[in-house]
Amino acid sequence: MHLAYPAVLAALLFCTGLYGVLARRNAVLVLMSVELMLNAVNLNLVAFDVWLRDALHAGQALTLFTIAIAAAEIGIGLAIVLMVYRNRGTSDVDRLRDTAEGNEPAPGPDQSSVRSEVTA
Amino acid sequence: MIGLTLAAAATQGAGVGAGASAAAGVGNGFLSPSGVEIAFLLVGLVTLGAAVVTVTTKQLVHAALWLVVALGGIAVEYLLLTAEFIAWVQVLIYLGSVVVLLLFGLMLTKAPIGRSPDADSGNRWVALAVAVAAAGALVWVVVDAFRTTWIDLDGPVQGSTKVSGEILFRHWVLPFEALSVLLLAALIGAVVLSRKNGDPDNTTREASPREKGKR
Repeated sequence: MHLAYPAVLAALLFCTGLYGVLARRNAVLVLMSVELMLNAVNLNLVAFDVWLRDALHAGQALTLFTIAIAAAEIGIGLAIVLMVYRNRGTSDVDRLRDTAEGNEPAPGPDQSSVRSEVTA
Repeated sequence: MIGLTLAAAATQGAGVGAGASAAAGVGNGFLSPSGVEIAFLLVGLVTLGAAVVTVTTKQLVHAALWLVVALGGIAVEYLLLTAEFIAWVQVLIYLGSVVVLLLFGLMLTKAPIGRSPDADSGNRWVALAVAVAAAGALVWVVVDAFRTTWIDLDGPVQGSTKVSGEILFRHWVLPFEALSVLLLAALIGAVVLSRKNGDPDNTTREASPREKGKR
């Protein structure tokens, strides 16, 4: 098989995930796009491992590690998204602008306490 | 031949969706594809289309369901690359748990069922430009670099369960164990983060009246 097939597919999948991360507003959809990017990298790792016929099969071992780390990432990420949703009532990444420069703090008497709970 | 490759790369850079069809042109044009390559190409088209729908659809739950198609397509690609153990790990972990987790996340954040017009943020066109530029650059570089490279899929299977187990527990034991510690840390972290009520001194220390009323 020509190596360009998996490499091009991985590049296009990565860029699809890149678009999703930049363009999506819901945090859960951003996490989905991150999964797409991780899968593109995994495809590259497997393709190059099969191409190189590595004696240690470093690519496949690294792919397994990446899958496990992605599972951990999605667990932690969803926990963070759920906590933000519980504190703010929204999971839109566009509205989480407390630390943005030149942004007035949103009106609300308990803003500081909510923020301290988020960072705690 | 280089010009054809560059033209194909340029057309692929013109759009992620149109890029896949240009890849088909490359396959038929000068690569004289084998059966595995044709299968890889078709599954790759389905995977890429599902991924594009995942990042562009306005229905949030449909995005998760199309993600199933994309991840399953990648599992089939692993099978075609003779990495069967990774393929089944992909099916088990991604299709089995990650997508279910994402669906739970969508439900718990009360994602609207049906079309939500504000699924994409306002910087969509900037994101599209960045993604197209990245796709063009990456595809150009990759195609130019691996023009004359072929994967030898014949011979002994390189990703069977036996081979994967041997290399994993012979050469990669220490990272494997470290990874188990990381998974434990992630488990504890997720539990701590998603607990509804903090420990008592935590709530007395920093809970506001609104928070107390909510609890």
